[in-house]
Order: sequence, then C-alpha cells, then structure tokens
Amino acid sequence: MGKKLISFFNKQKQFEQDMLESEMEYSSFYADSLKRLKKNKMAMICAGILVVLILVAIFAPIIAPYDPTFQDYSAVLAEPGFAHPFGTDEYGRDILSRIIYGSRVSISIGISAQVVASLVGVTLGAVAGYYGGKIDSIISRIMEIFQAFPDLIFAMAIITFMGKSVMNLFVALGLLTWVRTARMIRGSVMQLKEKEYIEASRASGASTFWIIMKGLIPNCLSTIIVLVTLGIPNAIMYEASLSFLGIGIQPPTPSWGNMISAAQTFISYRPLYSIMPGVAIMITVIAFNIFGDGLRDALDPKLKA
Amino acid sequence: MLSYTAKRLAQTIFVLIGISLITFILLQIVPGDPVALMLEKRADPETIAKVRHELGLDLPYYVQYLNFLKGAVHLDFGTSYFTKEIVSDALFRCFKVTLKLACMSFVFAAIIGIPSGIFSAVKRGKGIDTFVMILAIIGVSAPAFWVAIILQIVFGLKLAVLPISGFDSVASYVLPSIALGARYAGSMARITRTSMLEVMGQDYIRTARAKGVRRWVVVLKHALKNAMIPIVTLVGTDFGYMLTGSMLIEKVFSIPGIGKLAVDAMSNRDLPLLEGTVMYIAFVFVIVNLIVDLSYAFLDPRIRYGKGAS
Repeated sequence: MGKKLISFFNKQKQFEQDMLESEMEYSSFYADSLKRLKKNKMAMICAGILVVLILVAIFAPIIAPYDPTFQDYSAVLAEPGFAHPFGTDEYGRDILSRIIYGSRVSISIGISAQVVASLVGVTLGAVAGYYGGKIDSIISRIMEIFQAFPDLIFAMAIITFMGKSVMNLFVALGLLTWVRTARMIRGSVMQLKEKEYIEASRASGASTFWIIMKGLIPNCLSTIIVLVTLGIPNAIMYEASLSFLGIGIQPPTPSWGNMISAAQTFISYRPLYSIMPGVAIMITVIAFNIFGDGLRDALDPKLKA
Repeated sequence: MLSYTAKRLAQTIFVLIGISLITFILLQIVPGDPVALMLEKRADPETIAKVRHELGLDLPYYVQYLNFLKGAVHLDFGTSYFTKEIVSDALFRCFKVTLKLACMSFVFAAIIGIPSGIFSAVKRGKGIDTFVMILAIIGVSAPAFWVAIILQIVFGLKLAVLPISGFDSVASYVLPSIALGARYAGSMARITRTSMLEVMGQDYIRTARAKGVRRWVVVLKHALKNAMIPIVTLVGTDFGYMLTGSMLIEKVFSIPGIGKLAVDAMSNRDLPLLEGTVMYIAFVFVIVNLIVDLSYAFLDPRIRYGKGAS
C-alpha cells in the first residue's frame, strides 16, 4: 500500500515537473507572441490609446474640469466655448467632464461583464468539451437557446427582474456574451483532451477537476485572453445600447449611452452634445477591436474565422 | 443529407421549445403584476381576481405554459392586455414595416459592402485599401443609434433634404436604412476582402492571369464565384438579424416595427404581446440559421459526414 502511494506521489511529482517545464516553454511562447504583437503597428497604436483611456478612467477626478453631476443653472445648455469645450447639458453639467467620467462606466462594465462571461463560458465550455456525450449535447443546446434568444429583450428581462443597478447590468451583459467563449473553449478542450499528457495524468489518477483546471485551462489561456479582449468592446456596445434605451446606467451617473439618449432632444441646436459621447464609444470600441485582432494574430492565429 | 437535415430540424424544434420555456419563466419572475398595471390603481381585489381568472392567470403554471405552447403552434398568442389588438395581427402589422426597413438596409449594405470589399482586395496594400478598411471598421464600431442621430443632424436638419422620423413615404426610410445598414456594410466589406484574398492567392487564378485573361474578368468571373460561399453565409445571417427588427433604430426614428413592439410590450408587462414578439424573433433567428447550415452542408459535403455536424 505504502509503496503504491509513494509511486503515485512520484508520478504526480513527475507530472507537475513536466507541467512546469511546459510552462517554461509557455513563457517563451508568450515572449514570441509579444514580439509578433510589437511588429503590428496598428495594434500597438491602439494599445497606446487603450492605456490612455484606462488612465483617463482612473484619474477622471483629476482630469475632468468639473464635477460630472454639478448642476450650474446659470449655464444650462451653454454653447461650446472656453469654459466648457463641448458645452453643457440641460442641467448645466459640463459635457466634457461627463464624457471623461463615462469612460469609467464603459470600461469597468466592459471588463466585469467579460469576467462573468469568461467564468460561465470557460466552465461550461470546458465541461462540455471534456465530458462530451450527453453532457456536451445538453450544454450545446443551452448555448443554442441562449444564442437564439433576442439579446436586448433578454437583458431587459434580467434587469427588470433583478433591479436596475450596475452590478445587475454586468451580470446581464455577461450572460449575453458567454456563449462565444464557451464555444471556443469547448472546441479547444475537445482537441486537447486527446493529447498524451492528459491521458497520462488520467492514468496516474488525477481527478477530473484537477485535469481541467491544471491540464486543460492553462493551455486555453491564450484563447481566453483573445476572447476577453474582443468581448470587451462587444459588452461596451451592449451597455451603451441598454443605457440609450433607458434600462442600463441611470442618470445622473454619466454613461456614454444615456448621454446620447438625453441629447436626442437637443440635436437641432446642440449637435455636439450627442456627437461627442458617440465619438468616445467609437474610439474605445475600435481600439479594443484592433488591439484584440492583433493579439489574436500574435497569440492564436487559428482563431481567425 | 437527409439524416443531417432531420437532425438539424430536431435540434431547431428543441431550441424553439427551450426558448418558449425560458420566455415563460422570465415573464413569471419579472416583477409587476400585469393585471394591476392594466387596471391601474382604481381596481378592487375582487375585480383583479376576476380579470386574472378571465386571462387564465390563476391556473397552475404548467397549465398556463401548455396553453401558451398550444397557442404558439397555431400562431395564436391571445390579445394584447393594453391595446386589445390580436397579437398575431400586431406582429403582422409591425412585420410589414420591419420587412421594408430590412430589405432597404440589406440592399444598401450589399451595394456598398460587397463591391468595396472586392475593390479593396484587388488594390491590396494600396492607400485606397487602407481607406476602405478604416471606413469598414468605423462602420462596424460606431453604435447604430448614434449613426442614426448623426444622419438626422446632417441630412434632416442641416441639409434638410430627408425626413427624420415617421415611416409613411419612401424618403423617410432612407436614413433608417443607412443607419441600420452601416455596420452590416462594414462587416460585408471585411469578409468579402478576406474571402477574395484567400481565393486570389490560389494557383488557378495565377493560371488564368498567365493565360492572358483580363484582370477584372479574372476577379469577377473566376475569383468572386469561389469567394462567394462565406459571403453568402454572412449575408444570409445578416438579413435574418435585420428581420428581427432593431429596437434602437426604430426608437430613434419612431418607426412602429418589431423592435418598438418588443420594447413597448416589455415596459407594459404585456405578457401575450411579449411572448409573441420573443417567439417571432427567436423563430426568425433559428430558421435563418437552419437555412444557412443546410445550404452549407449542401455545398460542402464534409460538414454532413464529419464531426462538424454536432
């Protein structure tokens, strides 16, 4: 009994060592990818834009010239000028400051929605891919149902059910976008599980949980990184759309979507009010998309579909 | 092919039943009693109970669901709680509007997107290619509702050449179609370019050129024909999306289409109307996917027999 146990531990140790070595190989893989990414000029420019955007979001209180909720009734719908570069809104709030603060909402919701989507998507995708058979077909059908369900109606229903709050918004957005992640991970896991190292760990008695967590998911990491990067702009678009429809972020908290919604009434004499938040959305989405494409080409060219 | 078709059909039916179940559950858990909303505050508990009974809302949940399912098969979703319109009539009325908008947006997207994708592929690496691709990325990344507002500002207010809302004349469809079609034009241009570049790198294209066939003849006759499969797939799915209506575009231009119907139904807790709208949208989506998959399998036998079928 003792001998068996010892040999088992030895095997586990050996396996862990192998994994470590493969991780070392991985670091060189990531270094290679970084080299490839650095050659992609467009992607690097967009990475720069993203860094600036994130810094703006973090340091919004320092950068913004005004408090985004401060209402100056002596300057309601002021024209763009020196004091207010993009003018003020119907409550006399500075539009530029509101756009700067809006980046916080968009970027944080984009990222947290992707965290939710990845948690759900990676788990279900890995389980479906690893087990196959009935479990796979049940999860696949669930994915199909989620995909065919009208997206905005689904988000509206979730938010009306759980109440309008930022937390619920990103849960709803996560639930809207996990299917893509799950599909990709399922495919990768289905391929990986046939590899010898997985068979070896199964033979040496590793638990399924261990195999999935240590053997399979780390090997899907580059796919996950790419999916998250490309999923963020998607979530940002959904947030803007929901806020525009009045069920996302609620005023007075500034979000690019609810600003455009409010600005609609004034398009005839304050066009800049509705144009500028949209420009902000567009720059953010384009930067994430091009950077994500670059990341995909550098990390995982086979994802290009 | 037959067994593949049968399998996909069975899957489709399963997905539709799943969607009907989720819709039903979602509507049960969404707070707000539709009857109380419908009768407002003046109703006493007795009247509310009576109306609930008339609407069948006092039955056990599974009976309610089975009734809903039975109705859905016959396209009978009951009558709207608020407007008292028969749901299938309301759906048909809004479908006509959405169909018109979808057709115009589709034509706009295809006319702009596909030729510019071809052009971009032929002029690969030149300034014009970069320019077209930047436009395509802007088209894909700009929120449709924002594009709609910009179009309203430029063409409706500054130039005053087109109406900015309504749905009565052909002219009033122009701006919504462009706003809805812009992102599809962008994605069509990108997929066309990728697909064309893939085909144009192949030997038989070089052979045709070497034989002395003119460049544009090679591009349009030899390359485009073979690059068409992925393009047609995307275009088909896009048209399906357009048919499900756009809540955002319809809101900006106040067009009474499927999207607006869905938003109204949701905000009024109009259960029959919402069930009908959701089932319609899901149905269009699922059927379009089915057609795309089947045509793919028809064109490419590997899908039918391979593991890709699952």
